[in-house]
Amino acid sequence: MRMRRTFYAALVYGTLSLGAVSFLLPLFWMISTALKADFQIFAYPPQWMPNPVVWENFKRAIDYFPFWLYARNTMIITVSVVVGQVVTAALVAYGFAKIEWPGRDVVFVFVLATMMLPSQVTMIPLFVLFQRMGWINTWLPLIVPSWFGGGAFNIFLFRQYFRTIPNELSAAARIDGCSEARIFAQIIFPLAKPVVATVSIFAFLWTWNDFIGPLIYLHSAEKYTLALGLRAFQQYSSTEWNLLMAGSLIVMLPIIVLFFLLQRYFVEGMAMSGLKG
Amino acid sequence: MAKMTKTTKRNLVTALLFISPWVIGFLVFTLGPIVLSVYYSFSAYNVFQPPIWIGLDNYTTIMDDPLFYKSLYNTVYYTALSVPGVLVLSLLLALLLNSRLKGMNIFRTIYFLPSVLSGVAVSLLWMWLFNPDSGLINLLLSYLGIEGPLWLNSPYWSKPALVIMSYWGLGGVMVINLAGLQAIPTELYEVATIDGASAWRKFWSITLPMISPTLFFNLITLSIGSFQVFTQAYVMTSGGPVNSTLFYVFYLYRMAFENLRMGYASALAWILFAIIMVFTLIQLRLSKRWVYYQEG
Repeated sequence: MRMRRTFYAALVYGTLSLGAVSFLLPLFWMISTALKADFQIFAYPPQWMPNPVVWENFKRAIDYFPFWLYARNTMIITVSVVVGQVVTAALVAYGFAKIEWPGRDVVFVFVLATMMLPSQVTMIPLFVLFQRMGWINTWLPLIVPSWFGGGAFNIFLFRQYFRTIPNELSAAARIDGCSEARIFAQIIFPLAKPVVATVSIFAFLWTWNDFIGPLIYLHSAEKYTLALGLRAFQQYSSTEWNLLMAGSLIVMLPIIVLFFLLQRYFVEGMAMSGLKG
Repeated sequence: MAKMTKTTKRNLVTALLFISPWVIGFLVFTLGPIVLSVYYSFSAYNVFQPPIWIGLDNYTTIMDDPLFYKSLYNTVYYTALSVPGVLVLSLLLALLLNSRLKGMNIFRTIYFLPSVLSGVAVSLLWMWLFNPDSGLINLLLSYLGIEGPLWLNSPYWSKPALVIMSYWGLGGVMVINLAGLQAIPTELYEVATIDGASAWRKFWSITLPMISPTLFFNLITLSIGSFQVFTQAYVMTSGGPVNSTLFYVFYLYRMAFENLRMGYASALAWILFAIIMVFTLIQLRLSKRWVYYQEG
């Protein structure tokens, strides 16, 4: 029996380690390439370790971009989207979870139904709409829609959470003459921290990595996001893989740091989206 | 509607205020565009001149368009190889991680991390990994005495390359599976053990039925996601070589924003919507045979 257990443990650890190595190798190769000298990138056979180690590649990549400008642009867009989604999804969810009104459940079905619609269907009319409004080559098409409902799935997550908060809490406040807006802002919303974390993380990831949105709407280089900047970088330095890998690493870095700081919320958020679905 | 009491009326007004951002957003950014999109799909429209009604022309042209079939084939090919692989591998990893051994958190972190990375940076990384002469993948293959293919430069290997890349992002699905496994009540296994059930039997009779709703959810969301694959093809292959990675949404994007055939692209979008709906409905039908929902 004990031997069987040891064998079982060895099998589990063996398989997982093999898989883990293959999952980490791409990142290792990325770092290794980012530190290689120009002449070493295309050495044959390919070299595992950079020799010499060229830290300067990161500085060169940053200047190439220009990284700081695009990082600032991406940050402005991302933060505006995250705040918009959290605030308006929570407001809307409160209206569906904590107030009784006729037709509530029918309207909520409509909210859920919008999740079935692929974004490609509305992509073209939205482009035409934003063009009419003179919003092409501005960040507004990427930000403003987030401030109107914050996405059906986020509304759903907030609503599910609000429903677990006992109604006595808001009822007591109502008797004390508290307005509905204050009950939301001071009692219910502060209790929903786990959902705020989940929604913020996924909104952040999605906006930070988004490519097709900026590709359609941003045309002049000084408005670019990091994703678009990286793409432009690729186009005019298609063989300088050490710089391209350094640039890609810098773009990924905020996400990696966030992942290690908030891993618990990443995991809980993932699990939440799967189990409630 | 019957006469409302004063409280009901007040509640209705307050609730409408709360949901007003969604109502406005729904009308302006969803319902309006849906109506317009239907209209465009029956029109010739290049943005600069007003749309001209041409009836079903876009749809009939699409039915004779070889690139429509090509892009549909590429997308189905990609989905058919990517989704089952991700489903099986992520379940396998979740089962291993669910064993109560030490150090599982470290493995979970390692497998989960790549899935939160995506977009252009990841596409560039895999472009480099698949480089035929200087990339990691052919280097590893050479250790096994295999001369690696041209990957992204070959019309035969470009799609498999993108499929392999999609496996790297299975961590999110794995975490969802793990949460599903951990939600299974341990009493079920205890009772089965007392009855002398083998590990294999427990997997087929307890684990699989209990986790089947999660698997079904993953199947649907993954399939819809992989039907909309775009960034990889745009950045890594520009749809080539010889249109071997021209995926559906990429073709739609090209029609709309490179050729300015907005009407044609709108018709493509509605066909995509129909395909996704039919696929989902078929899966829902089939799911009655294999997905087990607990009472209550």
